[in-house]
Amino acid sequence: MEALVASAVGVMTAAGIFLILRRRTFPVILGLSLITYAVNVFLFATGRLALNAPAVLNKYEDVPYTDPLPQALVLTAIVISFGMTAVIVMIALSAYLSSKDDHIDMTAQDSVDAPGEDA
Amino acid sequence: MNHWIVAPIVLPAILAPFIIMVLRFHLDLQRIFSVAGVVGLLGIALTITAQASGGDIQVYELGNWPAPFGIVLVLDRMSAMMVLLTALLALPIVLYAITSGWDERGKHFHSLFQFQLMGVCGAFLTGDAFNLFVFFEVLLIASYGLMTHGGGAVRLKAGVQYVAYNLLGSTLFLFALGTIYAVTGTLNMADLAVRVAEIPPEDTALLRVGAVLLLLVFCIKAAVLPLHFWLPASYANAPLPVAALFAIMTKVGTYSILRVYTLIFGPDVAVTDGLVGEWLETAAVLTLAIGTLGILGSRHIARMVAFCAIASMGTLLVAISLFNEVATAAALYYVFHSTLATALMFLVADLVMQRQNGAISPTAPMPQGGLIAALFFVGSIALAGMPPLSGFVGKLLVLDATREAPHANAVWAVILIGSFVTIVGLARAGSLIFWKSHDAQHNTEPDPENEEEIPHPPAPEPMPGLTFTAVFGLVLGLVLLTLFAGPALQYTSNTAVQLFTPENYISAVLGGEQ
Repeated sequence: MEALVASAVGVMTAAGIFLILRRRTFPVILGLSLITYAVNVFLFATGRLALNAPAVLNKYEDVPYTDPLPQALVLTAIVISFGMTAVIVMIALSAYLSSKDDHIDMTAQDSVDAPGEDA
Repeated sequence: MNHWIVAPIVLPAILAPFIIMVLRFHLDLQRIFSVAGVVGLLGIALTITAQASGGDIQVYELGNWPAPFGIVLVLDRMSAMMVLLTALLALPIVLYAITSGWDERGKHFHSLFQFQLMGVCGAFLTGDAFNLFVFFEVLLIASYGLMTHGGGAVRLKAGVQYVAYNLLGSTLFLFALGTIYAVTGTLNMADLAVRVAEIPPEDTALLRVGAVLLLLVFCIKAAVLPLHFWLPASYANAPLPVAALFAIMTKVGTYSILRVYTLIFGPDVAVTDGLVGEWLETAAVLTLAIGTLGILGSRHIARMVAFCAIASMGTLLVAISLFNEVATAAALYYVFHSTLATALMFLVADLVMQRQNGAISPTAPMPQGGLIAALFFVGSIALAGMPPLSGFVGKLLVLDATREAPHANAVWAVILIGSFVTIVGLARAGSLIFWKSHDAQHNTEPDPENEEEIPHPPAPEPMPGLTFTAVFGLVLGLVLLTLFAGPALQYTSNTAVQLFTPENYISAVLGGEQ
């Protein structure tokens, strides 16, 4: 179980980093999504892995429970990363539509240094 | 409980949705409410600074949940001072954005501005590490909107880079917090400080990883050397009044470094054992060097000012990396100075860009060129650290604080040569833009092909008088900071003493159950 979760986090992070280093926006956004999935699983695991245990205390009998705090943290993290992915998709889309290419790096003409040459 | 503490967060948090939902079609009302909100924030900031200056640490329990279980806001001298700085910075910038017409070039400028203020104030006030992450996100989300305000292909492209970089930074922040939580089982800063001190040094490998990851996150925000690449392109392509507001965002990173590495992983905590200071000092010196080289190498005024921001972060972090009281007092004074000076230079750069394309090369003379040149001169003196403005006092304090440091010779050499190179770079830019412009009238006929490549659209109906008033407001701030350097330094010294006695902070937050 631990090995499975740990390797899942590792593989997703590695794949995400690989994709982030691409030059076009689409793979970069995919990579960012993969990394946020990895961090969500990682956060979930910080409360230790407990199978079939509720995240609430039971007043009446002494049953195992799992730490609820990481679950709350994961919910926050999911909401934020989901929203942020939507934002970057929108900005990337309008950048693509207004400049007709989806390279994430700035080319020489894009840079604000450029007006100096032809002024 | 003292409800003033939550007011700097609640006021913009109410105002921003009000502006976006009720006033979205009424630009004049938006402007009135936005300025009123910032003035209100300034009033609140003055009140809480007056309350905090006595030295009590006050705690605000959200939802009345006691400390390690609920989220707390903590008001001490440092957080009050930073909120005050935010409000002082926001007022001239919002006035400038209104009078220069920047707020009409896209939608929702004022509500995003208020959300940004909410995030910044929240980050300064919170006493919970995960809540710090949430406020970082609030200010970042608002900054994404502000950064791409007004649109344009280049700005949007720079915006994609900026968002991608910061998303990665946020993910790293979560990894860091997860690691720390897995070891300590808490995310309340005061509680973390207690637990970290209790962990035996041989069991702390994972915690050290968490501490260093957290430092990396704050260094991304503060634009420290190997992680500074996002800053020049983002700031130079953002609307420049927004870039002026972003001067406080790098300071959020600085604040977080100071808070976390004095309170939780303090200089005498066995876990990190000076690890942070050593790395940070080298990185800060290199940041300063790269920043000054960038000033000399830039061919565009906005990019040059962005490198000025990086250089001033370098100076600031040199002082912080020593982690002692004298150096921290100097650093806090320098925070105030460098935020105002950087913002001033961004506004001056915008005044130039409203009138020409902003390239550092001889171009046609611009309207009000003399006044703008004078403002550029004042801003340059402040940023380079020459007398008589507060930059001189700030740099002197930093140099004095590093006198006893282990690598004092190298640090002094970099700061002094860096100041010299900054002076040369700014003087070169100023003389090319403002003086040589009179020789350049022969090549001023508009070239229809290049017209559309200019990243900023021409200014709609500028109101020069009021625009200059806003810029002079920042100059006034610098002058006051110089005149009242004594009281200001007294306050920052007291702040530093408070920072390096974390016991008071811990007992104030956790006091209820002990």
